[in-house]
Amino acid sequence: MQGDRLPEGGRIDRARPLSFTFNGRALQGYDGDTLASALLANGIHLCARSFKYHRPRGIVGLGVEEPSALVELLGDDASGNRPATTIPLREGLVAQSVNCWPGPGFDLGAVTQLIGRFIPAGFYYKTFKWPNWHLFEPAIRRAAGLAAAPTEPPAKGHFENRYAHCDVLVAGAGPAGLQAALEAARAGRRVILADEGVEAGGGLLNRRLTISGAPALDWVAGVVAELEAMPNVTHLQNATVWAYREHNYLMVNERAPDHPGLLERNWRIRAGEVICATGAIERMLVFGNNDRPGVMLASAAQAYVNRFGVRPGKRAVVFTNNSSAYAVAADLISGGVEVAAIIDSRAQVSEAARALVPNVEILTGHVVTTTRGGRALKGVEVAPLAGGASRRIACDLLAQSGGWNPAVHLWSQSRGTLRYDETLATFLSDKPAQAVTCVGAANGEIALDDDSDDLPYAIEPLWRVEQARGKAFLDIQNDVTVDDVHLALREGYDTVEHVKRYTTGGMGIDQGKTGNINIIGTVALAQGAAPGEIGTTTFRAPYTPVSFGAIGGLREESVTFPYRHTPITEWNHARGAFMYEAGARWRRPGYFPQAGESFQESVNRECRAVRQIVGVYDGSPLGTFELKGRDVGKFLDHLYTNIMSTLSPGQVRYGMMLSDDGLILDDGVVLRLSEHRWIVSTSTGHADAIHAHMEEQRQTCFPDWNLFVTNVTSQWNNATICGPRARALMEALGADVDLAPDALPFMGFADGQVADLPARIVRVSFTGELSFEINVAPRHMRALWERIMEVGAAFDITPVGSEANHVLRVEKGFLSLGHEVDGTVDPFDLGMGWVMSKKKPDYLGKHAVALRRAGTRDRRELVGLRPEPDQMIPEGAPLTQGGDRKPTEGLVTACVFSVVHDAWVGLALLENGQARHGEIVHVRLTDRTIPARVTAPVHYDPKGERLRS
Amino acid sequence: MMNIPCPFCGARNESEFAYGGPVKPDRPDPNAVPDEDWTAYLTRVPNPLGPVQERWHHVRGCGTWLTIWRDTRTHDIVEGPSDAG
Repeated sequence: MQGDRLPEGGRIDRARPLSFTFNGRALQGYDGDTLASALLANGIHLCARSFKYHRPRGIVGLGVEEPSALVELLGDDASGNRPATTIPLREGLVAQSVNCWPGPGFDLGAVTQLIGRFIPAGFYYKTFKWPNWHLFEPAIRRAAGLAAAPTEPPAKGHFENRYAHCDVLVAGAGPAGLQAALEAARAGRRVILADEGVEAGGGLLNRRLTISGAPALDWVAGVVAELEAMPNVTHLQNATVWAYREHNYLMVNERAPDHPGLLERNWRIRAGEVICATGAIERMLVFGNNDRPGVMLASAAQAYVNRFGVRPGKRAVVFTNNSSAYAVAADLISGGVEVAAIIDSRAQVSEAARALVPNVEILTGHVVTTTRGGRALKGVEVAPLAGGASRRIACDLLAQSGGWNPAVHLWSQSRGTLRYDETLATFLSDKPAQAVTCVGAANGEIALDDDSDDLPYAIEPLWRVEQARGKAFLDIQNDVTVDDVHLALREGYDTVEHVKRYTTGGMGIDQGKTGNINIIGTVALAQGAAPGEIGTTTFRAPYTPVSFGAIGGLREESVTFPYRHTPITEWNHARGAFMYEAGARWRRPGYFPQAGESFQESVNRECRAVRQIVGVYDGSPLGTFELKGRDVGKFLDHLYTNIMSTLSPGQVRYGMMLSDDGLILDDGVVLRLSEHRWIVSTSTGHADAIHAHMEEQRQTCFPDWNLFVTNVTSQWNNATICGPRARALMEALGADVDLAPDALPFMGFADGQVADLPARIVRVSFTGELSFEINVAPRHMRALWERIMEVGAAFDITPVGSEANHVLRVEKGFLSLGHEVDGTVDPFDLGMGWVMSKKKPDYLGKHAVALRRAGTRDRRELVGLRPEPDQMIPEGAPLTQGGDRKPTEGLVTACVFSVVHDAWVGLALLENGQARHGEIVHVRLTDRTIPARVTAPVHYDPKGERLRS
Repeated sequence: MMNIPCPFCGARNESEFAYGGPVKPDRPDPNAVPDEDWTAYLTRVPNPLGPVQERWHHVRGCGTWLTIWRDTRTHDIVEGPSDAG
């Protein structure tokens, strides 16, 4: 039963009734309705309670400007704090009021109204400041209500992003936007036209205007059809341009795109030129109890009649300070609403305006001082502006118009300046900062031109009604009154930005679209200044709320930043490896558990295999770079702390890179392939950073050096065979190079064939055991790996994961970036001062390290730790004197279970550590301390005999 | 999202680039200048309100390190001073 639905008219499809539920009541509307228009059709005005005072609130607006009727959607499209005016009605929609319990008709929170005079602006800041606002904040937020955020992602459908370029982006498909898009498109430019409404037409949809003697909507349909036929035009409806960023980059949120399963699409558009045809938004008038359900923007009341065929009231009073409300009164009468009177604060009203409403009483020079009623409007009190006796007029609808604000939000986001226009009593675009133009109502052309039957626009500002009785709201959504602004000014918050923050005026979901300029006007009146001197607060994105899903689109983690895999990922999976990310997005096997094995048992078994027999791991993720050119040698001398240029072809050298301020960037090995060809091998985690570093140095510091850097990380894979029996396994695999220690010594390499595959064999070791790194092209990696497994079966070969590698390197005291190297240590601290060349006069980091070491502060130095009694120490745990609550003297950088010692061993950075071997230090944990013996940082084979074997 | 001119690829979205920081003066010879000057070179980074010369690395593109002048107040890419390097 849609009791307030007009018998005919409106852009709704009466053949398609839709059922929906509001606060548990089953209701009906039509396709083409918004939730707000459907509620009004069902005679429901009261649909929310206010944020702070829990006052009853109705529907005030028509679209995104709605300050009052916030609802929460449930079910499939669960989301909170949605203006009912922006929700297209659909079958099965379930909505409920926010800010009230148990319901808007009877709200327990409304008791705050009774103490309203005791909670003015800033009340919470002043009252709950001790000991700490954050203590009270959660409870206050709960009391303040607003809807809860949904806890689950939307059950049906997904979001996506799309990127686009165009010559001209037109924001808004009202008369000005359509005309602009048409002219640009006819000139052959690539045009994107985006409009927030469900259909094109803008304000024309709400009016009964003619253009060139024909209905305005016929003109709209003609333009839309012409645009539709042009291939250079993209026309988006239901698409809000919500952000205007630097370099003409704009975001458009398209809702319900015509695609199955797609909820929203967020466009990121780079536009050559932007045309803001964003229209204008009607502002409220400020009088007593101007928030009562039944008080509505005049343009909204007009739209409910014309566009939705809904009667927003039975008997209306129109209150205005400008000419636009006269057409509203005329349209209300056409819709069967009795208009009791027009209250106009201006002294003079044009004959043309009067002619629109010949039989309506017009009270010029009058204002509404207050409204009467409870949860619904029953009448208004009217008094002469100049003062005098007031009079009551009964009504259930008050259509009010405080004038029109051009929607300069996007313009202002683009950093264009604003100027105050006295004639229009509003702010207009002034100087552009980017390639953007405002047109139509957004440019202050509030009424259509002579070709239409629109009334010329005339306004006299009325920022607030002096004689207002009762609370006069400036910002309905955040319950900010004229008194609050006066209080803020008295307390010294005397700029509009301060007033905004102290009162929260304009900080709601609606961002003060209907009320901000009244706040500016109120401040201006109080300070005796012009609104132009007060200025506006800053307009920021988003123009209207945007769901996080739309911003994120499909970019969940692994899509945004995919994992890297080596050619034996599938083999690892088949082998039951526990895979995880180990640096720089590489998915690597952590360990290869066997049936019934615990984590620690797996790792111990893999470690034992390497120490006692032979193991193999996939070293492919290590960064590999090929450097070519005559100047590589001196380039590497500049980058590395030690001398690289003296390396002979066929040799390998360990090296360390510092930043110029003396911090360790990376360590790795360098191979010289021939006179002018080199390979730089870096750690996995820093490969990308080192690549960028090398390119920056090459391109910006030495652009004339003869040198190229090529990332060949994915051109080389390697299987590293390590353990006492590594050489025997290599021989069994079949290699055409001499593998004897003299022929291919530690830190040597040779190119040849291994297992009939072209390979480069490199004698480096990250485990401390005899190691052969077999480098092959990726297309041969799987074959190599399987061959190693096959031949290695006779050696009981064991595949080794990252965890065992970590244990083996800690036993050897090999450093690991992120563990022992944390951005504070230099090579001397690590006991590696030998890597810093004294011969070279200069290289990156040399002087900074020297300067820092000249200081007198104790350095933290790398040591080994043996917990006593034997136990695990958490990595990262601090060391303090005696384990007491004292300044830390170091930290544990690693602690692993050593199969060699059958005990836990660790590494630590300890103040003056190199001089403290043999001491007992204390690890301080929250619940206990662990004593540990300081040792040399090498727990195994300190002379390196095994890796050289 | 700035639109950054790459000399090889043309104007590209900022998301293709990594920020390389403001351009510092040329690296002095640490053995030839007083330590104060060396420390100043290492630690003082230009941070003007207005045009600043800075580097960007086209890391998700061609790999070029390029130099632009950007106005820190507006993100506008501007002409550098005529006497700039």
